Amino acid sequence: MTLLGSARRLFIVSAMAYLLLKGFFLSGFATEYLQQIILYALIVIIASLGLNVIYGYTGQFSLGQAAFYGIGAYTSAYLTHVFSVGSALPFLPILLVSGIMSALIGYLIGFPILRLRDDFLAIATLGFGIFVRVFLDNSDRLIDALGGARGFVGIPRITSLDLVFPVVFILVLVTRNVIFSKYGLFWQCIKDDELASSAFGINTGRMKSMAFTYGCFLAGIAGGLYAHLYTFLHPSNFDFLKSIDFLIIVIVGGMGSITGTIMAGLVWVGFIEGLRIVLPTRLLEYRWVFIPLFLIILMFWKPYGLMANKESKLLGIDKAP
Amino acid sequence: MEYFSYTLQQLINGLQLGAVYALIALGYTMVYGVLRLINFAHGDIFMFGTFIAYFCIARWHLPIYLVFVITIGASAALGVLVEKIAYKPLRAAPRISLLITAVGVSLFLEYFLSLNAMFTPNYIAFPRPFDVAGYDLWLVTITNIQLIIFSVTAASLFLLYLLVYRSKHGRAMRALSHDQETASLMGVNVDATISFTFAVGTGCAGVGGILYGFAYPQINVFMGIMPGIKSFIAAVLGGIGLVHGAVLGGLIIGVSEVFVSAYLSSTFRDGFIFIILILVLLFRPNGIFGRRIEKV
Repeated sequence: MTLLGSARRLFIVSAMAYLLLKGFFLSGFATEYLQQIILYALIVIIASLGLNVIYGYTGQFSLGQAAFYGIGAYTSAYLTHVFSVGSALPFLPILLVSGIMSALIGYLIGFPILRLRDDFLAIATLGFGIFVRVFLDNSDRLIDALGGARGFVGIPRITSLDLVFPVVFILVLVTRNVIFSKYGLFWQCIKDDELASSAFGINTGRMKSMAFTYGCFLAGIAGGLYAHLYTFLHPSNFDFLKSIDFLIIVIVGGMGSITGTIMAGLVWVGFIEGLRIVLPTRLLEYRWVFIPLFLIILMFWKPYGLMANKESKLLGIDKAP
Repeated sequence: MEYFSYTLQQLINGLQLGAVYALIALGYTMVYGVLRLINFAHGDIFMFGTFIAYFCIARWHLPIYLVFVITIGASAALGVLVEKIAYKPLRAAPRISLLITAVGVSLFLEYFLSLNAMFTPNYIAFPRPFDVAGYDLWLVTITNIQLIIFSVTAASLFLLYLLVYRSKHGRAMRALSHDQETASLMGVNVDATISFTFAVGTGCAGVGGILYGFAYPQINVFMGIMPGIKSFIAAVLGGIGLVHGAVLGGLIIGVSEVFVSAYLSSTFRDGFIFIILILVLLFRPNGIFGRRIEKV
């Protein structure tokens, strides 16, 4: 019971949040659109958490998170198509497989590219993102069901609050436990100083690969949930700008902060979708003028994010288990 | 014989594209040399150059030499402005902060210029100031566009060579790329030299922008992204920080892109670049010409 004991606060807060959301969804105040946004925000949190493990905790800068998100989305959509799955319970193994698929590809691609540092890693991951985009655009030549540039249509809608919330909860809990395990400590050592870490006997290559694989796994799970929320996939949903989305969430929330990522994910999706309601369409195009400016200002002001290496006490994940 | 002729024709077309990539790659490699920064906004400054050339030709009907002067000047001014405002205050910050700032500048330029009050997000036809003519040589046809691209690129490279290897400013640039601290102790004005490097690099991108407009006359504010990434990969392929490496890398990337389009499918050409990048990083991480300043 030590696990539950130390995470008691997370359990209680999550249960309360779940009941609150459930009540809101059932109350009739939540329109279909609003429900979709809330679920989407939870999904984005998972993928951003993955990037935070890669970049925030391990210091490996990646601009290709959306590619792994896309791999997960297409894998799960294809599997539900093949096995004609339509409900949540048989979907769970498929979700797991799509996460594993992303993790596997992340693991393989990590071999050549994780030897690189900083800006070269950024270009390599960005290049991988373009490669995946091109692959998805041409995917109908390989398997017609994937749709290629036409998009993947006819995915059953399976993602619901009852599915997403437990998944988010479990992944946050697992991530927190991994971060406080010896592997998490190794990762943070590598972020601080890779050379010193290897001098201490940390196998930096293996640890970086492990963090990257785990981060890609989270992106794959998020992608699988996304595919069955919006029921339509297009390669353009997984391009460079989507990776920037995740990056902004990680940076705003703070490198190496789980609560920061959760909060920033909620705020980000709320902000982007909220502006869609508040602003007239004519002014909507200004959103992406101000977002990069905000990013630049953040780099001047707080380069490691608002909650860098801090956890809020609210979720009770600020202390080692 | 026909096959050979076709291949040769594709080679010429590839060199045409490669010459533009080479001009863009020069800016990446020079900025990386002095600042250890991938200037993500470089591709967008290339785009800006194309648009300035478009305005000069289509709206103001200026003579061609003025088009070059104004475009180079405007691109260089934008490059220096970006450097002064966004990069200079962060010079002591961690490299990733600088990189994220560069990504931010790139996105800002794209979306700010795509506003309807600016260049609009639509595709615009780039008017050529001359008529296209083809000259049949033995096996291939060379257009006057290709002749212009090759001669302008060659002239730019010659001027750049004089600038980098035969002038005081060039020596300051090379000193800075070896060791910034020592260079400043030897009396090199670091700030001025970095700004000068940005001006030269983005000026080259401006020339590339004009030539790109001549060759591929559909322009758009997002057109700089892919050439930007490909040119950076070209710079890595040739050996980052090396001027001749950038040129060779650009030509190789341009030729291979055209060959992939011609013999496989044009939809694969962007993905092929990544394969080149991975192969370079696996087998020759220092690039073709070997010496990399930064150990990765």
